Amino acid sequence: MSKQVTLTIDGKQITVPDGTLVADAAKLAGIDIPVFCHHPKLEPVGMCRMCLVEIGRPMFDRATGQIVMENGQPKIQFMPKLETACTNPVSEGMVVLTQTAKAKEGQKGTVEFLLTSHPLDCPICDKGGECPLQNLTMEHGPGKSRFIYDEKLHLDKQVPLGELIWLDRERCIQCARCIRFQDEIAGEAVLGFDERGRNTQIVSLSDPGFDSVFSGNTTDICPVGALTTADFRFGARPWELKAQASICTQCPVGCNTTLNTRREAKAGGDIVIKRVMPRQNEEVNEIWLCDKGRFAHHYVGSKKRLARPQIRKDEKLARASWDAATKLAAENFSASKKDFVILASGRLANEDLFNLKSLADHAGGRAILYSDMGGGDLTALVGVGAGTNLGKLGEGDAILVVASDLYEEAPIWYLRVKQAADRGAALIVANPRETKLDKFAKFSIRYSYGDEVKAVNDFGKKSKISDEFAKAKNAIVFFGSEGLGLNGTSAVASACADLLKETGHIGRASNGLIGVWQRANDQGAWEVGLQPEEDLAKALKGKAVYIVGTDPVGDDPKLAKALEGAEFVAVQDILETATTEIADVVLPAQAFSEREGTFTSGERRVQRFYAAVPPTGDSKPDFVITSMIAKQMNIVLEGTSVSVVFDILANSIEAFTDLSYAKLAEVRPQWPIVGRGDVYYGGTTYENKHGLGVQLVPAAQVGGTVRIPKVKKEAVLRPKEKELLAVPVNKLYDRGVTVSPAELLDERVGEATVSLHPEAAERLGVEAGARVKISFDGVSGEAVVKIDDTISAGVALVPRSMGIAIKEPVAAKVK
Amino acid sequence: MKGKSFLWQNKRLMAHILFRHRDIPDINKLDVYKKNGGFAALKNAVTKMKPAEVTDVVKNSGLRGRGGAGFPTGMKWSFMDSKSWPHYVLANADESEPGTFKDREIMENNPFQFLEGVALASYAVGANLAYVYLRGEFWQVAAFLDEKLAEMEDAGYLGENLFGTDYSLKIHTHLGAGAYICGEETALMESLEGKRGQPRVRPPFPPSVGLYGKPTVINNVETLTNVPLILANGADWYKSMGTADSAGVKIFSLSGRVRKPGNYELPFGTTFRQLIYENGGGVQDGRPVKAIMPAGASSSLIVVDDKTLDTPMDYAFVRTLGADLGSASVIVIDDTVSIDWVINKTIHFFKHESCGKCTPCREGNYWMRHLTERIHSGNGYSTDVDLLLNVAKQMQGKCLCALGEFSTMAVVTGIERFPQDFKKAVKA
Amino acid sequence: MLLEKYPKEVKQILSKYPPEHKRSAVMPLLYLAQREEGYVNKAAMQDIAQLLDVTETEVASIVGFYTLYHDEKAGKYRMQVCTDLPCALRGADEFLNNLCANLGVKVGETTEDGLVTIESVMCLAACDKAPMFQTQGPDGIKYHENMTVDRTMELIEALKKVKE
Repeated sequence: MSKQVTLTIDGKQITVPDGTLVADAAKLAGIDIPVFCHHPKLEPVGMCRMCLVEIGRPMFDRATGQIVMENGQPKIQFMPKLETACTNPVSEGMVVLTQTAKAKEGQKGTVEFLLTSHPLDCPICDKGGECPLQNLTMEHGPGKSRFIYDEKLHLDKQVPLGELIWLDRERCIQCARCIRFQDEIAGEAVLGFDERGRNTQIVSLSDPGFDSVFSGNTTDICPVGALTTADFRFGARPWELKAQASICTQCPVGCNTTLNTRREAKAGGDIVIKRVMPRQNEEVNEIWLCDKGRFAHHYVGSKKRLARPQIRKDEKLARASWDAATKLAAENFSASKKDFVILASGRLANEDLFNLKSLADHAGGRAILYSDMGGGDLTALVGVGAGTNLGKLGEGDAILVVASDLYEEAPIWYLRVKQAADRGAALIVANPRETKLDKFAKFSIRYSYGDEVKAVNDFGKKSKISDEFAKAKNAIVFFGSEGLGLNGTSAVASACADLLKETGHIGRASNGLIGVWQRANDQGAWEVGLQPEEDLAKALKGKAVYIVGTDPVGDDPKLAKALEGAEFVAVQDILETATTEIADVVLPAQAFSEREGTFTSGERRVQRFYAAVPPTGDSKPDFVITSMIAKQMNIVLEGTSVSVVFDILANSIEAFTDLSYAKLAEVRPQWPIVGRGDVYYGGTTYENKHGLGVQLVPAAQVGGTVRIPKVKKEAVLRPKEKELLAVPVNKLYDRGVTVSPAELLDERVGEATVSLHPEAAERLGVEAGARVKISFDGVSGEAVVKIDDTISAGVALVPRSMGIAIKEPVAAKVK
Repeated sequence: MKGKSFLWQNKRLMAHILFRHRDIPDINKLDVYKKNGGFAALKNAVTKMKPAEVTDVVKNSGLRGRGGAGFPTGMKWSFMDSKSWPHYVLANADESEPGTFKDREIMENNPFQFLEGVALASYAVGANLAYVYLRGEFWQVAAFLDEKLAEMEDAGYLGENLFGTDYSLKIHTHLGAGAYICGEETALMESLEGKRGQPRVRPPFPPSVGLYGKPTVINNVETLTNVPLILANGADWYKSMGTADSAGVKIFSLSGRVRKPGNYELPFGTTFRQLIYENGGGVQDGRPVKAIMPAGASSSLIVVDDKTLDTPMDYAFVRTLGADLGSASVIVIDDTVSIDWVINKTIHFFKHESCGKCTPCREGNYWMRHLTERIHSGNGYSTDVDLLLNVAKQMQGKCLCALGEFSTMAVVTGIERFPQDFKKAVKA
Repeated sequence: MLLEKYPKEVKQILSKYPPEHKRSAVMPLLYLAQREEGYVNKAAMQDIAQLLDVTETEVASIVGFYTLYHDEKAGKYRMQVCTDLPCALRGADEFLNNLCANLGVKVGETTEDGLVTIESVMCLAACDKAPMFQTQGPDGIKYHENMTVDRTMELIEALKKVKE
C-alpha cells in the first residue's frame, strides 16, 4: 500500500494516499472544491483557475530540519497567493482553506471572467439543468455582470465536428477536457485548439470529422453546453428525464449504462429513450461508453418493431392471439420430436437462454448458439478469475490480444487495454494486419491469416516476447474472430488456454482467457449450455426450428435455403427481419429496455438490466414466450418472474451458485466519486446505484485439474490461382439489426468494403474506391475496394455483417 | 547592499564584456574569437575541471539570470536532478518583450562567446544536447548561428569527444514562429516539443522535469554569454563589478523618446540618469521624462523625478521604486505622452499574446482591451477606469504564468500613479 | 509531398531531434511547407502529420497558435510592421498609416499586383530602430529597420524585380 498522508481541509482531518491532489482529497472528505478543467480521470493542467484555495504547509526550520511549533501546534505557513487545488498534491500536515474570503474572491473572479465570454443562452442550451458552469455560477459567481454584453466575442454556434457531435464555440470555456480525453484516454488526438488567447477554439480536422468511437464521452465531461450529441441536442431538458439502469447490448464488454427516458408528444405520447449515458462501474467501463453503445439504441424504437404475434395463413402473416401463436408453435415442436431445433443468439438474456436450453432438453431437441466463434467452454474453464479488473493492470503485467481488433469489436476493452499499456503493462498484439492497438503495443506480432494457432504456439519457444509474457505477474489473453470461423476460433482458444496454463496464468484474478465475442451475451449462452454448430444449414434443414433473437435468412443465403426446407419455423424477435418474413409463426419479444434480465460479459461478469420504457404493443420477454410454448408442450418453465428464472439457473449451473438478483444489485463506493449533484467534477455520467454485478468464478479458480482439449489440426485453405483468400474481419458499425435502424450512424456504417494489398489490387486492375464483385461458395456481393498495405497480397478482407455472408476463411473470386 | 561602493558608477567600462564586438572587429569570425581568448575556458573546463566545479565558479560569481527573473544562475544549474537522465540545456533566444532587443545584437555580433557559454553550461550539467530557441522572426540570426555552429564543429569545439575527452555535445537552433509566450521557459519547452507554446504548471521546475520530461537548464542568451569570461577570469573578477545585490554587467536596452536609443552595456548600479542622458543623449525635443518602464511592456510604470533618475539600476534598488528591473528594457516616456494611450498599447499586446490557457489572462486581457480602448478613445467614464483597475487586480495572483500577471502591471501602476491622465481621458 | 520535394531538408530537420521526440520537428517542417506558397495547405498538414506520427488536427493546432504560420494565401511578401509601444513612441503608427495611404491598401490587405500584404504585428525586438518591419516571403524573414515611407516604396520596387 502506498504511503498515506494526513491533512486538514476546512478544519476536517483526512488521510489519503500520497500523491493525491488537493481537489480530490477534498472530494473524499466530502468538500466540493469547484473545478472546470480538472477531471479525476485526466492529468492535472491547472488551466481554468476555478479551484483557487489557500494552502498552508508546516514551516520547517532550515537549520534543524524540524517543524517549527507554535502553541504546541506546527506553525503553518500560507503561500502569499491562492493556489490551484487541482495541481497541488497533498503533503503531511497541509492545511487547506476553501471558504475564506480570499479563496471565495478568487473563485468568484474566475466565474466572472468565464461569463464575460459566455453567451448566457441557458434557456436554449441542452446542458441547462446539468451544467457545471450554471451550477457553479449560482454557487460562486457574482450576482450581476460588469461586462458589457455587446462586447462579447461572437463565434460560430452550430459547428458539426462530425455527424455525431456538435460544437458551440461561444459556450466553450477552453478547459480542454475534450481534447485531453481524446489524447490521454482514447489515444486519438482528433480534437485540438486552433488559434490562441481569447480566440482559442476547438477544431477537428480528421476525416470523417471527430473520428473516434469515443466521441460521445466528451459531451459528458464538457462542463458547459459546448459539445452536444447530434441525437440529444434540442431533444429534451435534463430535468424532464427519468433514469433507469441498464447494460449495453452491443458487445461483450457489458458497459453499465443509464437510459434517460421521457414521455413525448412526438412519439404519440409514448415514453421513449432520449439518450444512453454511461453509468459508473470502475471494473467494467469506468465512466465511459463507446459511440455505438451511445447512439445505436435507436433500434428499440424502430418502426420495424414487432408488436403482435402473427401466424402464416394463406402464404401471408396474419395477426393472431398469443394463445394461438404459441399453441401452433408448441404443436409443431412436439410433433417434430428429436427434429426440434432451437437457434438462439447472444443478444438474449441469461434467463431467456436458460429457458430455451431447458425447453430443448425437456423436449429432446437441440439448442444451438447462432455464432461463428468457438471457445466459450474454455473461457468457462480458464476465463479470467473473479476479481479481475483491467484497470488495475500495469507495470509487470502482460496482455496478449490475438486475432482481434479491439477498437472495432469491443471499444471499451481497447480503451482499458490501452491504458493498462500506458501504465506499463506489456501489451502484445498478434494480428495479421495493423490495428489501432498496435500503436500502444510493446510487441506486435504479424502472422498470415491461417497461422493463428502457430503464432500462439510460438510462445512456447524461447523469445523476448514469450519470456515477457511468461514472467508477467498477471497475464490476460483476448482472442477474437478476425479471419477465423468457428473451427479456427476454437483452435485459437485452445492454443491460448494452453499458453495460459503452461505459464501459470490461470485460476487467479487478472489472469486468464477472454473471448471477444460478436454479441453481448455469447458468454452467457455458453454458460447455460448452448454451443454453436459447424454445419448450421444441415442442422436446420427439415427440422422444426425455433429461431430466437437472430436473422439467419438476412445474414446468409445458405441458411435461407436451409430454412426453406425446414418443416416449421417459429421466429421470436423484436424486429421484422428477413427471417420473420419466412416464418410460420412470429412471436414479438420485448427489447432489453422494456424488461429486466441479466447478461454475462466477456469478463464473465453477470450484470442486471432494468425496464426503462413500457413494452411495445403486446410483446413479451423472451423467457416468458418460451415458457408459454413450453406450457403448451406440457413442460413447466418459470414464466412470470425473471428473478425466479435466475434463481433456478443459479441452482442448476455451478458457476452461478449463490448468485441472486439481490447480490447482483449490490454496490460499493467507487473512486472517483461521480454522478451526484456535482456534475462539474466527474461529468454527467451516472452514479451506480443498481449493481456492480458479480464475476463468475472460472473452473480453474475453483481448483482441481484443468484439462484443455487438444487443438484440432486444420488444413490451411489454399486458394487457387486467380482466387484470393477472403477472410472475415469485424467492424464496429455494421449492418446488424441492432445498428442499422440508427440513421445517425449511416455514414459511419458506410458501404461493404473489401480490403486488398496494393499488389493484389494492381493484379486485379482496381484502385481504392472501385466497386468489385466478390463471390465464393454460392455467395456473392458488391464491395468497395480499400487498400491496406499491412496485409498480405493473397488475402481479401471482408467485414462481417455488411451484406456479404462471410463466416470463415474462403477462397473467393474478386472481379 | 551596504558595504560596497558602486565601483563602476559614473564610469565607463574599460572594455565590453558581452558586446566585445564593439571593441574587437570581426570577433564573429572564429579565428578572431579564438585569438582573443575564445574557447580557452571551454577547453580548460572540459579537460581540467569537474562539471560541478564549473557550476561552483558560476555560483560564486553572483551571476543572475538576465531574462527577467534574476534567479542565481549557478544555483539553477546545481538543482539539476542527477537521478534522471539525459539532461538538456536550452538557450532562451525568444527575445520578445517590447523594449528588449539585446540578445539579437549578441548573437549577430558575438556569436561564439554566446555559444561557448551554451557549451560550458552543457558541460556543467552533463548535457550532451542543447538547443538555442530563437523567436521565429530571428530567421536570419538562426541561419547565421547555424553557420557558426558548423564552424565550431569543424574546429572541434562541438561534436564527439571534445578535446579528446569522452564528453560530447551537439547544439542545434530551433525557430519559434511568433508567440511571445514562448519566452516563458515551460512554454518554450512545450513549443520545442512540437506543441502549442503554452506554459506548464510549476512545480515541477525544469531542473527536475523539463524538455521531454527530463532535467533541463534554461538560460537567457545574455546570461550564457557572461559565462566564458567568468570561467576565464574567475568569480571574483566578475563580482567586482556591479552591486552587492547584482553582480557584473548588464545590457540595458534603451528605447522610447530618447535621442539615441540602443543597447548599452553597463555595470549594475548605473543610474537611470546616466543611461538616459549620458548614453541615450537625453529626451527628444528636450522634453522632461514623465515615466519609465524599466522592464518593457511587462513593467510597472515609474513616476519620474530627480530621485528616480538618480536611482542606481540593480534588481534591489529598482524594487524600491515599485517596479522590477526585469530584462532591463528601459522604455522612456516623455510628457507629451498620456498614460491611457500607453496602457492601451500594452494591453493590445498582451491580449494578442495571451496563450489562452488560463482563464484570468485569456478573459481578463480581452476585457481590459475593451476598457482601455474605450477610455483612450474618449468614450469612457471614470467608472470604466475604476472597473479597469478592478479587473486588473482581479487577475493578479491568479494566473498560471507570469505573462498574465505582468499584463496587469502597467495598468495598475498607470492608473494609480498617473490618475490625472485618466481623468483627462474620460467623459465627465 | 514534402519528403519527395525536400528530402535533404526533411532529413536534416529530423536529425536535430531525438528520434523518439520527432514531433519536435513540426515547426521547422511547417516553415518548409510554407516556403513556396506562403501558407500551409491541408495536404501539407496531412503530410507532416504522417511524417511525425501525429494527427492532422495536432498539426493544424500548431499552425493556429503561431502567428508566423498561415493557412491562407496572401501577397508574395507579408510586410509586417511593428506598432507596439516602443515603436509607437518613435512614430510607427504614423509610418504604418502613411505607408497604407501611399499603397492604397488597409492593414491586412494586399496590393493589387499581389506582391505585398501589409500587416500590423507585435514587437519584433528592434525597438531602437523604429519604424521597422519584417518581410516574410519566399526568401524567409528579413528585417528592415529605421524605415521611411520612401525607403519602403523603394524596397517594394526592388521586390517587384525579384524573380522566382
